Amino acid sequence: MSANPWGDTSQTDTASDPWGGGSEDGLDYLADRSNEVEQSFDIIRPFDVDGGIIPLDNMVDSAIDAAVPVLRPFFQVVAKPIDWVLNLFETALVSTPAILVILILSGLAWWLSTRKIGIGTLIGLVIVGLIGAWDQAMTTIALVITSLFFCVIIGLPIGIWLSRSDRAVSVVRPILDAMQTTPAFVYLIPIVMLFSPGKVAGVVVTIIFAVPPVIRLTNLGIRQVPEDLIEAARAFGTSPRQLLLKVQLPLALPTIMAGVNQTLMLGLSMVVIASMIAVPGLGLMVLQGIGRNDIGIATVGGLGIVVLAIVLDRITQHIGSNGR
Amino acid sequence: MKVKLSVQNVFKVFGKSPKKALPLIEQGKSKDEIFAETGMTVGVKDASFDIHEGEIFVIMGLSGSGKSTMVRMLNRLIEPTAGKVLLDDVDIAQMSEEDLRQVRLHKMSMVFQSFALMPHLTVRQNVCFGLDLAGDTPVEERNKRAESALDRVGLLANVDSYPDELSGGMQQRVGLARALCTNPDVLLMDEAFSALDPLIRTEMQDELLRLQAEDKRTIVFISHDLDEAVRIGDRIAIMQDGVVVQVGTPDDIINNPVNDYVRSFFRGVDVSSVLSAKDIAQRKQSTLIRKDSDLGIGSSLQLLRDNDREFGYVVNASNKFLGVVSVDSLRASKANGTGLDAALLEDDMRINADTPIGDLIGQVAQAPFSPPVVAEDGKYLGIVSKSIVLEALDRQTGEES
Ligand SMILES: Nc1ncnc2c1ncn2[C@@H]1O[C@H](COP(=O)(O)OP(=O)(O)O)[C@@H](O)[C@H]1O
Ligand SMILES: [Mg+2]
Repeated sequence: MSANPWGDTSQTDTASDPWGGGSEDGLDYLADRSNEVEQSFDIIRPFDVDGGIIPLDNMVDSAIDAAVPVLRPFFQVVAKPIDWVLNLFETALVSTPAILVILILSGLAWWLSTRKIGIGTLIGLVIVGLIGAWDQAMTTIALVITSLFFCVIIGLPIGIWLSRSDRAVSVVRPILDAMQTTPAFVYLIPIVMLFSPGKVAGVVVTIIFAVPPVIRLTNLGIRQVPEDLIEAARAFGTSPRQLLLKVQLPLALPTIMAGVNQTLMLGLSMVVIASMIAVPGLGLMVLQGIGRNDIGIATVGGLGIVVLAIVLDRITQHIGSNGR
Repeated sequence: MKVKLSVQNVFKVFGKSPKKALPLIEQGKSKDEIFAETGMTVGVKDASFDIHEGEIFVIMGLSGSGKSTMVRMLNRLIEPTAGKVLLDDVDIAQMSEEDLRQVRLHKMSMVFQSFALMPHLTVRQNVCFGLDLAGDTPVEERNKRAESALDRVGLLANVDSYPDELSGGMQQRVGLARALCTNPDVLLMDEAFSALDPLIRTEMQDELLRLQAEDKRTIVFISHDLDEAVRIGDRIAIMQDGVVVQVGTPDDIINNPVNDYVRSFFRGVDVSSVLSAKDIAQRKQSTLIRKDSDLGIGSSLQLLRDNDREFGYVVNASNKFLGVVSVDSLRASKANGTGLDAALLEDDMRINADTPIGDLIGQVAQAPFSPPVVAEDGKYLGIVSKSIVLEALDRQTGEES
């Protein structure tokens, strides 16, 4: 797989069979199956039917082919707010002089957590600048922060809903498991077909992969609020809304922040994969480095990602732990 | 006396379909039988009692007897399965959610065994909690009221602390201040002092009594400890397996326990604080001199001599206590030609009917005669001799062993 099969993602029809024709490498399972001879059922090897007894792959292919034209307009609308927020962050980060950005971000880190972390942020960002990954890093930060923003906006209400209904949990939990375990490559292509390749699709892919921790830990945090505090709050006459805002959410905050932290880390871990659908930034540096066998540029991109991860992790971890 | 809260035929069944268990209860099946049959737990069974305005009403019972369930049905933290809970003649069990919220905001508040203070709020914010929820007082006023409530429980210095910086006793004072801050008519206290050390606990009981003396609220106090119940309760209800088996004043319950369960509470109880002078006062062994028109000094002397007594207790025709006379004082009066009134001793050592017997011992031991016990309305109730006091105190140690 040293070639770059995603180089031409703009062609939507690649989804139908992008990996066809690999059979001469002995990769039989990737071979085109159209020339198979008719098979008889064998009880010893009951599932040895080409294409499966239930042709899931074909079903998915045709379902997506049918759905994309219908759904595309809808997803173009969904893309609007994402695009808008993303542009806001990116413009702010890219068009502001680097020195100013470094000072503001370090100051923010100091204010949100500790002086030590503030200084760490300063050093980290300077390193990113010195190795020549500044612009890419700003693009990546904008992308990750935008994803985080939408993860929180989506995840918090869902988490609250789950905390109130066991049935909702039993329905949503398998979906969350699937979102976290399904390899991103599987939904990369449908997402691209729906949103067109680019940053917005990158944010969407990142959201899918990174939103589960916010949902899970919001649910967990609210459920962990001691029963006697809930009872006391009710005894003093809280409305359901006051109970949520004045008792449950504040007390769940450390747990929710742990979820935010995880979401942020997962978001960063997606940047390389997202770069495969034409998302610029540090991830693209890594991908290009691999593609061109240029270890140097891949290392610069990789180091940039690691530095950002450490900085963002420390800041969010601290917000969670010092809150009353 | 005005009835503040009236509990009428209240049932609580925990389980999937509580209403289905009600007929089984009516058939007289026990809590265990119903659990075996349906898997549902009877928490409270047909409870009926009235709580008067301004009294401390203690609900007492062993763990699992349904006390917490009962008190939570008063503010509907637990929904009654059947029955009425009338607060000022309005049925709480039938109220709309909004009306119920108004009751909780303004009329009833609660103190919890676990304190249940909000860990993310300062002491001041905790105490303001109820007023904040109601949102109908200006912030200035809220803070002022919170501070005054904290002042009353002696915690004004800690307004800006967080609960986890305070000791258990202090935390519960905050809990008390939080409950008082909304100025409720009714205060519900579920084992409010049970988690505290014995010393702090007594201190808190005194504090509660002091606060209660200042503004007469209706307090429903849950306890599993008879000493506590007797100490602070005006009346006590005793619960056994979800049933209210007896309601009465501490004296009633101690002197006439309805069953062995109730009796069992008194084992190990400090009788000297529970029993009072009137419980042990005796009429026998004393010589009563009825001050009728025809009873003169001479016949009085004769009466004492006949009974071989040194002292006599003088009452009037309606049993009102007048004083004590001795053989000597009668003789002196006779010699002077003055009447019976002049023979009354200056210090008749009278004892108030409600004095706990623990406080009597010294007085009785020093008195030259057995002190008379006099009711509030002046009626003579009997005397307490040294031997009676000792016997009463001995009853306690006897039951303990
Ligand atoms: N939420 C509940 N679900 C089921 N059973 C309960 C519940 N709450 C209390 N009970 C049962 O009701 C009975 C009374 O409990 P409770 O009122 O807590 O007693 P107490 O406060 O006197 O110790 C117990 O048998 C208890 O197991
Ligand atoms: Mg209890």
